[in-house]
Amino acid sequence: MEALTDLVQYILQNLINALQRGSFYAVISIGYSMVYGVLMLFNFAHGDIFMVGTYIGFGIATLFLALFAGFLPGPLIFVATVVVTMFLASWIGVFVEVAGYRPLRSAPRASAAITGLMIGIIFETGILIMLGATRLNFPKLMEPISYNIWGIYFTNIKVMIIIISLLLMIALHTFIQKTKWGMAMRAMSFDFLAVPLMGVSINIIAPLTFAIGAGLASVAGILYGQAYPILDPYMGVILGWKAFVAAILGGRGSIKGAALAGYLLGFIEIFVATVFPSTLRDLIAYSIILLILTYRPRGFFGMEHSTKLRL
Amino acid sequence: MRRITCLVVMAMVFAMIFSPSAFSARKTVIKIGINAPLTGDNPKVGESSKHAALLWLEDIEKAGGLEVGGKKYEVELVIEDNEYKAESAVKANTKMITQDDVLLIVGPQSSSQAVPAGEVANKYKTTMISPWSTNPNTTMDRPYVFRGCFLDPFQGPVVANFITDEFGFKKAAVLYDVAADYPKGLAEVFKGAWEKKHGAGSITAFESFTTKDTDFSSQLTKIVKSGADVLFVPQYYSEVPLIVNQAKDLGWKGPIVGSDSWGSGPTFELCGEACKGLFFSTHYAAAGAKGATKAFIDRYTSSFGYTPNDVGALTWDALQLAQKAIQNAGKISGRIGKDRTAVRDALAKIKNFAGITGNMTFTEEGDPIKCAVIVKFNDKGETEFFKSSCP
Repeated sequence: MEALTDLVQYILQNLINALQRGSFYAVISIGYSMVYGVLMLFNFAHGDIFMVGTYIGFGIATLFLALFAGFLPGPLIFVATVVVTMFLASWIGVFVEVAGYRPLRSAPRASAAITGLMIGIIFETGILIMLGATRLNFPKLMEPISYNIWGIYFTNIKVMIIIISLLLMIALHTFIQKTKWGMAMRAMSFDFLAVPLMGVSINIIAPLTFAIGAGLASVAGILYGQAYPILDPYMGVILGWKAFVAAILGGRGSIKGAALAGYLLGFIEIFVATVFPSTLRDLIAYSIILLILTYRPRGFFGMEHSTKLRL
Repeated sequence: MRRITCLVVMAMVFAMIFSPSAFSARKTVIKIGINAPLTGDNPKVGESSKHAALLWLEDIEKAGGLEVGGKKYEVELVIEDNEYKAESAVKANTKMITQDDVLLIVGPQSSSQAVPAGEVANKYKTTMISPWSTNPNTTMDRPYVFRGCFLDPFQGPVVANFITDEFGFKKAAVLYDVAADYPKGLAEVFKGAWEKKHGAGSITAFESFTTKDTDFSSQLTKIVKSGADVLFVPQYYSEVPLIVNQAKDLGWKGPIVGSDSWGSGPTFELCGEACKGLFFSTHYAAAGAKGATKAFIDRYTSSFGYTPNDVGALTWDALQLAQKAIQNAGKISGRIGKDRTAVRDALAKIKNFAGITGNMTFTEEGDPIKCAVIVKFNDKGETEFFKSSCP
C-alpha cells in the first residue's frame, strides 16, 4: 500500500513538472503555427523573438520594480510588466515581418525560410553586443512560496505559469474564433490567394499574426524568467527548436494542435527521464516523436491539403 | 607593359618572402597567446583570463620588456576568443601557432576546450598551459601541454572525503551535464571514490542532463525520491543557481556540494539565499588571503572592480610560470620552432614554484602537485576558506 502511495505521489509530482515545462512549449509553438497558417512558412526567428521578449520583460520588470516597488502591490507590478512587455515585443514581431519576410514574399520559399534563421542570429549577436555576455538575473516579480501537499512539492510560481499559459491560449482561441480579425486570419490560412481579392490585405494580417505570436512569446519569456531566472542570448535556440517540433507534431497551421503537442512534448521529456536513465532522455523522447510522425505524418490536426502546399 | 607588371609582381613576391625575416632580425617580439571564452556560455571565465593577462602585461611593460639572457624583449598578447566551443578553441590555437607565431599559449580554461586544443598545440610542438582544466586527458601523453591546477581524479576523492568527514553521510546523489567533458569526468571520478568508501549502491541516483537545459525537475524529483543525504553537482555558474533553487522547491533538504567550477562566475549573485552555507572544492579562497595572493587580489579588485575568481588567479600563476620558463630557457634565438622547444624543456624542469594558488612542481605528465581547498559561501556571499586538503 505504501509503495502504491509513493508511486502515485511520484507520478503526480512529475505531472506538475511536466505541466510547467509543457506550458512553455505550448505557448511558444503557437507562434510557429499561427505564422504558418497565414504565410505557409515557418518563422525560424521565433525562438529568438522569445529571447528578445524575455530581455524586454527583464528591462521592464527591473524598471518597474525600481520605480514602483514599495507603494504598488506586487501583483499590479506583475500585470503592468506583462502588458507593457507584450506591447513592446509585438513590435519586434512586426519588425521581423516587415524587415525580414515582406521583401521576400515572392522569393523562393527556401530564401524566405532562411530569413528567420538570419534574423535570429542578428538578434542573438545584437543582444550579445548591447548587453555583454554576462548572465542576467531576472528579478522576482513575486516572492516564491513553496507548498507541500500530500508529499507533492510545488511553488506559487509553478501554479501561476500553468494558469497564465492556459488563460493566454483561451484568449487567443476566442480572438481567432469570435472577432473579425480572427476571422480574417482564418480565411487567409484557408486560401491566401482569394482572400486578398476580398479586400483583406496580407500586409495587415501578416504583421498582426507576427505581433500576436511575439506578444505571446514575450509573456512566456516573463514566466520563463520567473521559473529559470538566468538569461543568456542563446536561450531561445533550443527552446525554439523544441517548440518547432511541437508545432509540426500538432499539425502544421493548427493552433490547437500546437498547444496540445507542446504539452505532450513536456510530458514525454519529463516522463522519459523519470523511467529511463536521464542520459537517454532526448534520444528516447525524440525517437518517440519520430515514431508518432511516421504513423501520423501530418501531425495531430494537420489538414489534408497542407501537404500539397509549398515547403 | 606586361613585362613591367611582371617585374613589379616579382619584386613584391620577393619583398613578401624576405621582409618578415628581415623584420625579425631587427626586433624580436615575444608573443604569448591567450585562448579564452570571451563570448559564449561562460564569458566570465574569458573575462577573468583576459584581466589577469592584462595585469601581467602591465608588469612586463613597466619593467621595459621581458628580460631573457640579459636582453629585453617586447611582449605582445594575442587574445583569441574560443566562444566556449571545442571547435573554436582548436581553430584559435591553430591560428595563433601557424599565423601569429606565438611562443607559448595560455588557455583554454575549461577541459571541454582544453582537451581538443591541447592536441593541436602538441602536434605543432608549442607549449600550452591550461590554467584551469582539471580533466586528465588535457595533458596525457602530450609533452607540450601543461596545466596550472590539480586534476579531476584528485578533486573527486577530496570532495568525497570532505562530505564523509564533515557530515558523516553514507548515501550520495550526483547531477551532471553528460555533454561536457569536465562535469562528466568529475561525476564519474566522484562516483568511483564514493563507492570505494561506502560500498556499491551508496550512490543512490546518478542523473544527467544536456548542456543548455534549464529544467531539472524530473532528475531532481528522482534524486529526492532516492533518499540521498547529499547531492554533488560539478556544474558551472549558469546551471548551479537553477539546480539549487529547483532542488529546494522540489523538497530537497540536504546539502549540495560542488567543485571548482562553482567559482567560474557570479554563482552566488545569481543564486541568492538558497546558496548560503554551501561548500565546494576549489583552488584558492579570496576571503582571508595573505601575502602575494592578497597583493594580487587587491590589485585586481582596484583595476576591475571585483574580486578575482580562481580562473583569474590561476591564469596569473600560469603566466608567471610561462615567464619563468622563457627566462630559464636562456635566450631567444628568433627561430620560433627552436624557441618553443626550449621553453617547453625549461617549463618541465621548474620545481617548487611559489604561485599565488599554492606551490607547484610538475610531474612527468605536466600536471602540478598542489593542494585543494574547501570553501563555503558565507552570509555575505563571499567564498570563505573552510579547510585545506593536500594529496
